[in-house]
Amino acid sequence: MKKLGNKDQKRATGKISRRTLLGGVIAAAVLPVQSLFADEIPNEKPIIPEITDDPTKIVGPGPGPLGKRSPFEQPVRKASDISSRTPLQDMHSTITPADLHFERHHAGIPSIDPAKHELLIHGLVENPMKFTLADIKRFPSVTRTCFIECAGNFRTGKAEMTPQDILGLTSQSEWTGVMLSTIFNEVGISDKAKWFLAEGSDAAVMTRTIPIAKAWDDAMIVYAQNGEAIRPEQGYPIRLLLPGFEGNMNIKWLRRIELSEEPYMTREETSKYTYPVKDKIRMFSFELDARSIITYPSYPQKVNKGWVEIRGIAWSGRGKVEKVEVSTDAGKTWQLANLQEPVLSKAHTYFRYLWDWKGEATEILSRVTDETGYLQPTLTQLVEARGANLGGYHMNPITAWQIKNDGTVLFKPETIK
Amino acid sequence: MNKKTVLIFACPVVLLLMSLKTAFVPIQVQLPLTDSLKRPAKFGFGRPATAQEIAAWDIDVRPDGKGLPAGQGDVKKGRVLYAQKCAMCHGVDGTEKPGVKLPGNALVGDTSATSKPKTIGNYWPYATTLFDYMRRAMPYNLPGSLSNDEVYSITAYLLNANKIIKADVVLDAKNLYKVVMPAEKLFIMDDRKGGPEIK
Repeated sequence: MKKLGNKDQKRATGKISRRTLLGGVIAAAVLPVQSLFADEIPNEKPIIPEITDDPTKIVGPGPGPLGKRSPFEQPVRKASDISSRTPLQDMHSTITPADLHFERHHAGIPSIDPAKHELLIHGLVENPMKFTLADIKRFPSVTRTCFIECAGNFRTGKAEMTPQDILGLTSQSEWTGVMLSTIFNEVGISDKAKWFLAEGSDAAVMTRTIPIAKAWDDAMIVYAQNGEAIRPEQGYPIRLLLPGFEGNMNIKWLRRIELSEEPYMTREETSKYTYPVKDKIRMFSFELDARSIITYPSYPQKVNKGWVEIRGIAWSGRGKVEKVEVSTDAGKTWQLANLQEPVLSKAHTYFRYLWDWKGEATEILSRVTDETGYLQPTLTQLVEARGANLGGYHMNPITAWQIKNDGTVLFKPETIK
Repeated sequence: MNKKTVLIFACPVVLLLMSLKTAFVPIQVQLPLTDSLKRPAKFGFGRPATAQEIAAWDIDVRPDGKGLPAGQGDVKKGRVLYAQKCAMCHGVDGTEKPGVKLPGNALVGDTSATSKPKTIGNYWPYATTLFDYMRRAMPYNLPGSLSNDEVYSITAYLLNANKIIKADVVLDAKNLYKVVMPAEKLFIMDDRKGGPEIK
C-alpha cells in the first residue's frame, strides 16, 4: 500500500490545512487581469540516469508493463491548489497526453468505485432510470476529438509568462462514450423539458444547467480519454462532454441528470462563470469564442537568426477554424498560416508559418477566424465591447510575443486602461 | 445524428416535375449510417429508478422554490451557526477587510452594483441559490453536513447581513423563493451569437 501523502492524511483525518482551504475557495482559474502567482506548487526535479558515450555498446533494459517518458523530456502541469495547467509550449501537436490535461476542481478529486457508480436520469422524463457504468458502455459508442477549455483562462501581468501561464487551462483529447441523445432516447424526454441539470459526485456536488438542444446536438457521456479510461481528475468513471461549451459545464464524476422546464440558477452559473458587460452581468455564456496562440517561439524559448517555423494552436467553440493569420511585424501586416489537416470542429487546430528572421526586434502574433466569420479580437476590442471592468471569463484576446535582438522571447502583457 | 451526405442527381422523371430553374441543381439526400437502421426503439439497458433513490439525490432547488425542503430558520440561529461553521473562511462578519485576504469569498457587502468585492448583496441574483449551494457543498471541510433547518438559518443570517431581509424574518419553503435579490435586475442572458461581431 502506498503511504498517504501529507495532504491525503489531512483529508483522511478530517482536518484541513489552511492551504487547502485557501485554494479551495479562491478561484485562481478566474484571476485574470491582476494575476496571481503565489500558491503554485513546485514540481519535482527529474532524475536523469547515467548516460554512456556509446549506447550501441550496452544492452539496455527490456520491455516493461508501463511506459515512461524519456528522463530528458519532463513536460509538467503547473499546479495550484485548485487547478493545474497544460504545458502548451511543450506540445508538438494537438492531442494532450492524459496526464497533462488541465485540471480544475471545486472540492478535490473524488475516489469512486466504478462498480458502484450509477447515473440517475429523472425529472421531465417518461421513465426515470438508473444506469451503471456497464450499462453506459453497452450503448452504441462514439469517438470524438475536441478541446475542453476553462472559461476563466486568461492571465497577464508580466513579460516572463509561458503559454501555460497565460492560457494553460485548455487541453484536447480523443473522447469515447455514448451520445447523450442515445441515453435520452432510452429514458424518453418530455416535450416540456427545455433544460437539464447535470450533477457531479464530488464533494461540491457540482451542478450546471444545460439547454436541451445541446443534448440533441453533440453532447456525450464519456468514459474514455485517448483510448483508455478517463483519469480520476477528468471525471472517472464518467463525465459529461459538451464540445465547445465552457469547461465548467462538462460535469465530471457525473451521477445525476434532471430534466426541467427552466434553469436551476446554480451557484456556478450565477455568482460564478458570469461577467460584467458594461452595466449588466452576462450569464449563460456557453460557447467559447475563437482563440489562438503561438506556442513556438514563446517564453522562455529563444530563437536564432534564419528560418523559424512559427507554430501554435487555434480553436473555436462554435465550429471549425477557418483560417489563422500570423504577423511578424507587430500586427502591421498579416499572412496566412498553414493549418494541419484534418481541421476538426470545436478542436485545437495546429498551425505553422515559416519566417526568415533577420535578427530585428519585433513582435509576433496570431489571430484566428472561425467558420462563423468571427475574428479573434484584441484586448482593446474586448474592452470596447464589454467595458473596462472585464471580470475574467470568456477572455480570448490576441497574444503577442516580443522578439528581442538577441533572440529572447517575452510575453507582451497588456494593461487595461 | 450521424448521417452520410450523398449527392444524387435528379432523374429525368423528377426533372419534368420540377421547375426549369431548379432542374439541374443536385438534391442533397441524408442517408443514415447503416447500423443505425438496426437501432431498436429502446435498448433495454439500465433499470427503473425508485422514488426513494430519486429522493435521496434530488437536492436541487430552483428559483421558483421547487425543491425547497420542509424546515425553517431564522437570523438569530443563523448568526450562531455562521460563527461556528463559516466565519473561519468567510470572516467574522462576512466582509473583506482592507489588507486582509479571506480564505473564502466575502459574503457580505452593500447592495450597490458597482461595489466590490462580489458578494451576495451585489452579485447573487437568486436567494434559492444560497440554499441549494450551502446544502450541497458547504462548509468546505464538511460538505453536506448541514441540516435543512441550519441551511435556512444561515441563509436568513446572510440575507439579513446583506440588508435584503429584516432580522425577524423566519425563512421556509413558502417564502425563501419570494425574496427578491438586488442583483437579479443586472443579469442578462448571453447575447453573443458568433459571426463577425465582437461582444
